[in-house]
This record gives sequence, structure tokens and C-alpha cells, in this order.
Amino acid sequence: MQTAKLSNISFRALHVWRRNGEVLLTTWYTNLLPPLMEPVLYVFAFGFGIGGLVEDFSFQSQEISYLQFVAPGVVAVAVMFWSFFETTYSSFVRMYYQRTFDAMIATSLLVEDVIAGELLWGATKAFVAGTIMLCMLTLFELPVWPSAFWVLPVAAIGGLLFSSVGIIVTALSPKIEAFNLPVFLLIFPMFLFSGTFFPLGQLPAWANQLAHILPLTHVCALIRGAFLNLTPRDLGVHVIYLLFVTMALCWLAIRLMHRRLVK
Amino acid sequence: MTDCKPIEACNLTKCYGDFGAVKGVNFEVSRGECVALLGPNGAGKTTTIRMLTCFSPITDGLIRVFGHDVSEHPRSVKSMMGICPQEDNLDPDFTVQKNLLVFARYFGIEKSIAASRVDQLLEKVGLTEKADSSIIELSGGMKRRLMIARALLNEPRLLVLDEPTTGLDPQARQLVWQLVRRMSQEGVTVLLSTHYMEEASQLTDRVIVMDEGKILLEGEPEKLVQTEVGREVVELWNMPGEVLDFFRQEKWPMEQIEGRLYIYDRVGGEVAGAIISRFPEQERQIRQATLEDVFLRRTGRVLRD
Ligand SMILES: Nc1ncnc2c1ncn2[C@@H]1O[C@H](COP(=O)(O)OP(=O)(O)OP(=O)(O)O)[C@@H](O)[C@H]1O
Ligand SMILES: [Mg+2]
Repeated sequence: MQTAKLSNISFRALHVWRRNGEVLLTTWYTNLLPPLMEPVLYVFAFGFGIGGLVEDFSFQSQEISYLQFVAPGVVAVAVMFWSFFETTYSSFVRMYYQRTFDAMIATSLLVEDVIAGELLWGATKAFVAGTIMLCMLTLFELPVWPSAFWVLPVAAIGGLLFSSVGIIVTALSPKIEAFNLPVFLLIFPMFLFSGTFFPLGQLPAWANQLAHILPLTHVCALIRGAFLNLTPRDLGVHVIYLLFVTMALCWLAIRLMHRRLVK
Repeated sequence: MTDCKPIEACNLTKCYGDFGAVKGVNFEVSRGECVALLGPNGAGKTTTIRMLTCFSPITDGLIRVFGHDVSEHPRSVKSMMGICPQEDNLDPDFTVQKNLLVFARYFGIEKSIAASRVDQLLEKVGLTEKADSSIIELSGGMKRRLMIARALLNEPRLLVLDEPTTGLDPQARQLVWQLVRRMSQEGVTVLLSTHYMEEASQLTDRVIVMDEGKILLEGEPEKLVQTEVGREVVELWNMPGEVLDFFRQEKWPMEQIEGRLYIYDRVGGEVAGAIISRFPEQERQIRQATLEDVFLRRTGRVLRD
């Protein structure tokens, strides 16, 4: 049994990245509209809707509006959604239905290049979505600049993390329908319980601890810290978790996807 | 390196679990040769080709392409090779022309060179007018031609085509044959698989017949026909018992399938003469032996699973 070799990854992974980018540009409006519109909808729903019900909200002993709290959470959720859904549904279509990966491997590209290109592409989509949302939220004077610049690297690395999760799911799914399960068991709980829409301190202690296992918790904490210019209490833990888990999941994604593709 | 064979396969083996799809085959292809891989469905042609083209890891044995071990140097091996897999995998997100341009980039071909090469190739396969069409607008045959054009993008020294003409109309098949002949004349070595015996005899210098993961026989098409079957085949049907009895006593090899009798005549004219003089009323067909007879005789005239 042959296993993936990280040394087989080359600059050619960028050809894969570029191919996906060029496809996106041919249909850019369907891809750019959601990140442009989403924040506006969130601002209305959370700012005027829920925000009106929440009084005297404080975060890390700072008086802030609920909208200010939730805005970076929304960015973190977008980072997760855009990369995860790219490397699950979209990658699966390329791999299984279009056989795009097979076509690529008939050239100087190796399987590892293709997987790396897909991972990089998923991360790029998350980064772009995060950037656009940050810009839109700036129209509502929500992010604190220049501190909010730090959101960008977190979005990129977080994007890579969730791309890896997506590729792992794709590698293990026999059919596209199988994605419903990880979406329900993994992505949906993260969406709700990663400090995105309410501080994790609201949860019972055991649930709070459980939430700290979830990657989105750390991505969200870092994005919020940068967004509001409030250094998270466990900055070091979040950063180390993010880097370490991203590397580990990347490695696992390449390994499992290689096993799926090479028969 | 210049004297290395385009393909050398030694004891090539592929197992999926316990199942042996290719069981220790040995073959070579020489420079400039055009070779066909034949065999019934499931014989192991695609599996062999997938190992040769670095798609599938080898379970045991070895393949060298121009002296390079395919397992050790997949990148350099693939850069010398043009590959057209059995199933079309054109990129539906791009136009015809863009498909080739993007593919050229995967090979690291410079943009300006790629652009002119793409135009030439579209011309060669008769798709210039479809350059800006989307892939879904192409017919099956056009897709196949585009696949072949794509396999030529990197100016390969070895062209590997898995069933290049399956599903093509006669004109498109002729076009593919012309292309393959032209590549052959330009010194490109070609290995192709096909289910069309006529294609194999017309196009190739040598055929390799596989069955159940092994090589059954190989050689030049004409010589194989001569040694395996002979010159003529006489087919009889609706024959009375006396005809059957007569030929049972004779020396000619024959087969009876589903009420049809196939008699093989090495010299030619002997069986036909006997039929015409003794049983002039007998329904019959007298024809030249072909590669198809070799194939069917050796792999069986009935469908297997
Ligand atoms: N991924 C796989 N897993 C298990 N068995 C496989 C796999 N791929 C091929 N096989 C088996 O290997 C055998 C050889 O298949 P292969 O595709 O090489 O045949 P082929 O000669 O190309 O046939 P065809 O003329 O139908 O294309 C078949 O029995 C097939 O079922
Ligand atoms: Mg096949």
C-alpha cells in the first residue's frame, strides 16, 4: 500500500488552485453576492432584532453592544462555512462526478499536488469571504481598525483548518449524500456552540469545556479579539491550538484523500 | 537513455484484495511501434494501462518507461507520456479551447507556446469551430477527439490510449486512425486498447491479447491470423446431420456454437471446394480469416462474466 508523501507536494499545486479560481471568476456574482449580503442581513437580524432584547451586554468586562459581540462571530462562521462547503460538496463534484482530479493526474501533477491545491483553494475562499465581510461590517463601523487586520491571517489559517476537515469528510464519504451526517454532527454544533452567538460562559461548565475542543471556538475567539481589539484571555492557547490542529488536520486530509484516490 | 525501450513491463501484477486483475505479465514496446492491447471486458487492459500511466500503484513487478521506473519517477514519466483514459474527463467548467489551455498549464507549458499548440491541435482533430463551445454542447465523438487532442498537448514520445474510438462514428474513427498513424510516422510510440479487431489489424504493428489478467498471445496481426486460424473461415448454419458428420471426419479444425459451424481452412479454398461440390445447397458464408477469428477462437465465442 502506497501512502501520501508530503515531499510530493510542489508549486504545481498552484495550478490546481488557479483552475478553481478561474472557474469561480466565470460565475463570480453567485460567489461574491453571499459574503456581500450576509453581513447586512446579520446586522439587521442581530443588531435590530435580537440586539434590542439584549441589554447591558458586556464582554471581557467591556460594555459593548450585542451586535459588536456577534459581528466577529458571524465572520468566523463564514470562514468555516466557505472552506468546509468548498472542500466537501464542490471538491466531491470535481473528484467524483467531473473526474477533474483524474484529468489533472494525467499531467505533471501528482495526487499530493491536487490535494494541496484543493486545500489551499478552500482556505482562499474562506479568506476572501472573511475579507469581504470585514469590509462590509466596516460600513456599519463595527470592526476596530487597525487591530481588525489580524482577522485576515486567522481567517486564512482557520480556512485551511476547515478545508482539511472538509477534505477528510470527502475522503471518507462514499456518496455525496453522506455529507449530511458530518454537517449535522460537526458543523451545526460548531455553528451554535463556539462562542459565535453568545459567550461560552453562559453554558454549564461541562458544555463549556466540551466547546473548547471545537476548532471554531478558537478561531472565533481570535477573530473576535482582533475585531474588537480586546486581547483574548487565553491568546497563547488559541494560537497554539489553531496552528497545531491545522497542521495535524492538513496532514490527515492529504493522507486520507490520497488513500481514497490511489487504488 | 536514448536506447531505452518506451515500455518494459516485467512480471507486472495488480491485486485488488485477493482478486488478481493483472497476473504477472511481461511485455515490451519498441521505439516507434504501434501496439494494441486486446481482450474481453475485464481482461485487465485498463488496469495495465493505469499502472503504466502512474494512476495505480503496482502490486508486484516493474514497469519502465524510457528506462524510468514508473513508481520511482512518476513526474518525469508522465511528462513524456500522452494519456487518454477510457472515460472522458474533460473539464465541464471550461470551453473547449480553455480545457486545453488549462491542461497545458498543468504540464508547465509556457503560455505563448500553449496557445499556438492548442490552435494546431484543435485544427488537427477538427474542432476549431467548437473552440468556444462549452463541453456539454459536444457530442460523444467530439469529446473523444478533444480527449485525444489533450493527450497530445505535451508532445509526448509515448501515447497511451485506452479505447480511443469507442462510441465514435465511422468518420470520427477514421480521423482518430489518421491521427494515430501520423503520430506513429512522426516516431511517437503508441499503445492503445480496443475492442475493434479491424482497428487493431489496420492500425497496429503488433497486438497483445490479454485474458483474465494474463497475456494469451501476441504478435503481428497478419501472422497471428495465419498461424492461429489460417486463410479462410467457412461458416455454416441450418446444416443437416450428414454435413456435420462429414466435417467431423475431416482434418479441418472447427467449432460449433449455437447451431453455427465455424470451419477453419489454413490453406484456403479446400473447405469451400468441399462444400460447393458435396453440399451445394448448404447455407454458408465463405470469408477471409480475420483477427476477430483469432480473438474469438482464443478467448471463446460466448460471453463470460
Ligand atoms: N478499483 C477496483 N477494485 C476492484 N476490482 C477492480 C478495480 N478496477 C478493476 N477491477 C477489476 O479488475 C478486472 C480488470 O479490469 P479492467 O478495467 O482492467 O478490464 P479491461 O480489460 O479494461 O475491461 P474493459 O474492456 O471492460 O474496459 C475486472 O475484473 C475488474 O472488475
Ligand atoms: Mg478497460
